[in-house]
Amino acid sequence: MHLETKLVQAGVGKDEKTGAVNFPVYYSTAYRHPTLGESTGFDYTRTANPTRVVLEEAIAAAESGDGGFACASGMAAIHTVMGLFSQGDHLIVSLDLYGGTYRLFEQVLSRYGLTFSYVDLRDLAVLESAVKPETKAIFVETPTNPLIQITDIGEVAQLAKQHGLLTIVDNTFMTPYCQRPLELGADIVLHSATKYLGGHNDVLAGLIVTKGQELSEKIRFLHNSIGAVLGPQDSWLLLRGMKTLALRMQRHQSNAFAVASKLKEHPAVTEVFYPGLVDHPGHEVQLKQSSGFSGMVSFRVRSADQVKPFLKHLQIVSFAESLGGVESLCTYPATQTHADIPLEIREYVGVCDRLLRLSVGIEHPDDLIADLCQALDASLTLGGSVR
Amino acid sequence: MNFATRVLHGTSCFDPATGASSVPIYQASTFHQADLDQPGKFDYARSGNPTREALEHAIAGLEGGERGFAFASGMAAISSVFMLFSAGDHVVVAEDVYGGTFRFLTKVLSRMGITVTFVDASQTEAVRAAIQPTTKGIYLETPSNPTLKVTDLSAVCQIGKENGLLVIVDNTFLTPYYQRPLELGADIVIHSATKFIGGHSDVVAGLAVTRDTALGEQLYFIQNGMGAILGVQDCWLVMRGLKTLKARLDVSTRTAEKIAHWLQAHPAVTRVYYTGLADHPGHEIQEAQASGHGAVLSFDVGSRERAKALFDRVKLPIVAVSLGAVETILSYPAAMSHAAMPAEERAQRGITDGLIRLSAGLEDVDDLILDLQQALDSLPSLEAAAPSEKAFSRA
Repeated sequence: MHLETKLVQAGVGKDEKTGAVNFPVYYSTAYRHPTLGESTGFDYTRTANPTRVVLEEAIAAAESGDGGFACASGMAAIHTVMGLFSQGDHLIVSLDLYGGTYRLFEQVLSRYGLTFSYVDLRDLAVLESAVKPETKAIFVETPTNPLIQITDIGEVAQLAKQHGLLTIVDNTFMTPYCQRPLELGADIVLHSATKYLGGHNDVLAGLIVTKGQELSEKIRFLHNSIGAVLGPQDSWLLLRGMKTLALRMQRHQSNAFAVASKLKEHPAVTEVFYPGLVDHPGHEVQLKQSSGFSGMVSFRVRSADQVKPFLKHLQIVSFAESLGGVESLCTYPATQTHADIPLEIREYVGVCDRLLRLSVGIEHPDDLIADLCQALDASLTLGGSVR
Repeated sequence: MNFATRVLHGTSCFDPATGASSVPIYQASTFHQADLDQPGKFDYARSGNPTREALEHAIAGLEGGERGFAFASGMAAISSVFMLFSAGDHVVVAEDVYGGTFRFLTKVLSRMGITVTFVDASQTEAVRAAIQPTTKGIYLETPSNPTLKVTDLSAVCQIGKENGLLVIVDNTFLTPYYQRPLELGADIVIHSATKFIGGHSDVVAGLAVTRDTALGEQLYFIQNGMGAILGVQDCWLVMRGLKTLKARLDVSTRTAEKIAHWLQAHPAVTRVYYTGLADHPGHEIQEAQASGHGAVLSFDVGSRERAKALFDRVKLPIVAVSLGAVETILSYPAAMSHAAMPAEERAQRGITDGLIRLSAGLEDVDDLILDLQQALDSLPSLEAAAPSEKAFSRA
């Protein structure tokens, strides 16, 4: 069955009693036991909730995994997976990384004796040299956030297997519509489902998908024990969003391509990062491992002085911290999403004060291009001279 | 202002923008920023959402603390609060904590280099004796679950203060209506708001309140960093439940008291645990530190066989995992709330195979007693049970 069909059919007909096409929202926290020692399969909602289960089965099927787990936020999903590791363990992590993940690793988990090395995963030799005896996993974001660098998931997963490491992929930017890391050899896929999967900027959620029964059981234990689970209403909203994922992704992608192409030509812009552009250094790898390019575009303006007037003049695109929704959003990584990453790392990676990140929505592309161009034009006149 | 009024009016439970009597549900994950240099109060909903903020203010006010936090579940609140500690730290924990807390401490946190010592916290000196040079905190539940042991909160908080330890109290069973640990010297209060605060068996949620702002900042960093936050729809449901907290607890507590006395007189019951009974060992302390005894009681029918027979025969209570709802809930700690605890640990804590926990709901108390009576009257005789088991259950 194709992904589009799987997603639309999620939960359909599962409520046999009423035939409701959409699976109901089960608010109940407790479930009556027929007698002592017997259960309907549902005991307590933190452990399992019927609505959440429909969502969890849907994402597991979409990602070609064996276990699906819904969490209170993307960070809650990452934190739950990190529960697999113990004091003394080491992980290798994408150098260019969401700031919240970096903050969790460096300011919370480091206090429990976990250590992390941040590596440019595009270079396998560098990756291999970072492997230590206590290394347990490789944590991959691809494309990276916000510089849209592409990591070859298959090659990284193969190297991980040789060293007995887990490969964990944050697939938030791509979604299973464009990329399915488990099919490429990864062990765990993570999502901030707040983004494309939910797709409407209206629900916070995280998802985990695992490969294999053993790993699934370990995550099931942590999911229940740590308790950062997703509520039933949010589970239902997320499922509702996922039904239109394919349609939205097609539009996000065609709009992003149009916007990226136009930005490249604009005099106020020096660089554009979008893997759909043929001259993007990761374009070939992306074509090999993914069926699309998604809707995230980053770009640099000529001067940091332009940033403020540019943001101020945007009329359709909202200046807000998030991505993946139907509405177009613009983020300034240096002070928003990546503020928790130390300046020297940001500068080394390239998250400079001229970098802006666009989550291209599903508005009409001409309106988006017109809005971005008028704001860029204004940024040139108001933000000082072209250097 | 009295509690009954505060629970409705002393909180931010109305919308300042429109005057709506109920805070709207802000189903937004992100917030538009008007100016790069002047970020708005809300930017991303994990970091803050107006609906969640209203609930967080409400619980902070009711517990008499500085800052409130809403989490995805009681366990999410507990696991997030424990992240205040670091590898190498040691925590003294009340021995009959909820089975899920026990599981988190012994199976997850232990791998992160945090060690715990379980003590009978109803013995104040046992808490003092367990303190080590690396001890950083004391974690309490009072009354405890399911044998309702009472910890002298002021005395233990004093020990905490003398040793510079963080005192954390799970206040789920009593709620701020009956007991406010921060006023007795605790630093953090935790709730499984799934229970009495939500009150309707329809929302899983956790809450935490810190005594001061500095601790509030630390916990906020963890709440935002780990992201185990409560969704907005669930926040709204918890606030809705909170409005009737006092009215519900008044009725449920009266019912629990009446049932406890009635069970004590029934020959099929070997033991009743309820802090409202004058002969309960923690009765005096409970009277001193709380304004009520709550709606949870436990009783022992002597054996697993008899417990099963009772569960099969009762008609009104829901047999389920959980407590603190409008419906009366019977549960079987040995196989439900405390299943995560090894059998020998359970035995040590008096969680026998005949122990049943009752959370009184809002049904008519006479109907409940009639139902329990028909079930208890027809139990197989206690003499039929193995003698060793009998002796064990009475220990």
